[in-house]
Amino acid sequence: MSGIHLVNESMSVPVSWYLMLSVALFAIGTAGALTRRNGISIFLSIEVMLNAANLALVAYSRQLDQRTGQILVFFVLAVAAAEAAVGLALFIAVYRQRRTIDINRINLMRH
Amino acid sequence: MEMAVFAVFALLALGSSLVVVAHKSPIYSTLSLVLTLFSVAVLFVLLGAPFIATLQLLIYAGAILVLFLFVIMLLNVGREEGIPGGHRAQLVTAILGALAFAAALWLLLIPTLGTGSHAPLTEELVSLSGLAQELFAEYLLPFEIVGLLLLVAVIGATVVARRPTPDELAGGGGGSGFPGEPGSVNALDDAGAADSTAASWAADADRAGGGARPASFPGGTGAGAGPGVAARTAAPGARP
Repeated sequence: MSGIHLVNESMSVPVSWYLMLSVALFAIGTAGALTRRNGISIFLSIEVMLNAANLALVAYSRQLDQRTGQILVFFVLAVAAAEAAVGLALFIAVYRQRRTIDINRINLMRH
Repeated sequence: MEMAVFAVFALLALGSSLVVVAHKSPIYSTLSLVLTLFSVAVLFVLLGAPFIATLQLLIYAGAILVLFLFVIMLLNVGREEGIPGGHRAQLVTAILGALAFAAALWLLLIPTLGTGSHAPLTEELVSLSGLAQELFAEYLLPFEIVGLLLLVAVIGATVVARRPTPDELAGGGGGSGFPGEPGSVNALDDAGAADSTAASWAADADRAGGGARPASFPGGTGAGAGPGVAARTAAPGARP
């Protein structure tokens, strides 16, 4: 066990607690993404949701003693980076046209 | 010890994520998201994934959120106005929906774990070399595809966020009459094209009302620009 301090088993946290935290974070992110009107704040809420999913993946990886969950988190990080880049570029383009990123005023498709 | 660390950082993650979704200013939301990501990274370490925790700090907090901050400051996004009365129902519905969704997730996820305590952390799960071997052997194709995805995303973001060229502005602006399209300026060996270009520049200069003639007239270098220049010099006299 060179250099890796294993956690004392008697004091360990049940993995289900991590899952509960993940569910709570996901719900918070969902509520934020549904209620916010600033486009960037919606994006930030989605990042919270992605992070909650990552936490659940790592928790399952711990529970099942398999690395697949961690590798999936790796891919989620990459996709989140791509999503942030494209999304923010879209907001910049929309802001050039409409001078706002309030999603209540970006309603061209509604009419 | 683990319990104490978990309690502290779980509460920190919950509180800071509440600030992320509730604060009116996007700057504070972003900075609070940094705190959330840091807390979750600590929980990753507790779960035996130190490499993922490092990635989280480097990529999320270090790169993505800096991008967010840049865009927020670039666009000068102000605070949201308070939610008007018509949207309070939306707020309540969203919170109720999120709670119902959380309950459904809870009912789905928690029984998959059972109530028994989990196995102790093994060195094999934590080791970075094992993760790398699995990533680059078993998951090599998804890894390459993600690389391609990032490349496409970078190209797409560059194209979408690029400042539109004057050409496109003239095309989409509905006849604003932007002078001197680049294509016709370059086709100076065609005398007629050069002439029309020079004429349109001259007309634009007159429309702008500036009496000063530009020193380097785009169409004036070729012989074909002669009539255009003549028209340009004659025009101010014709105007009252």
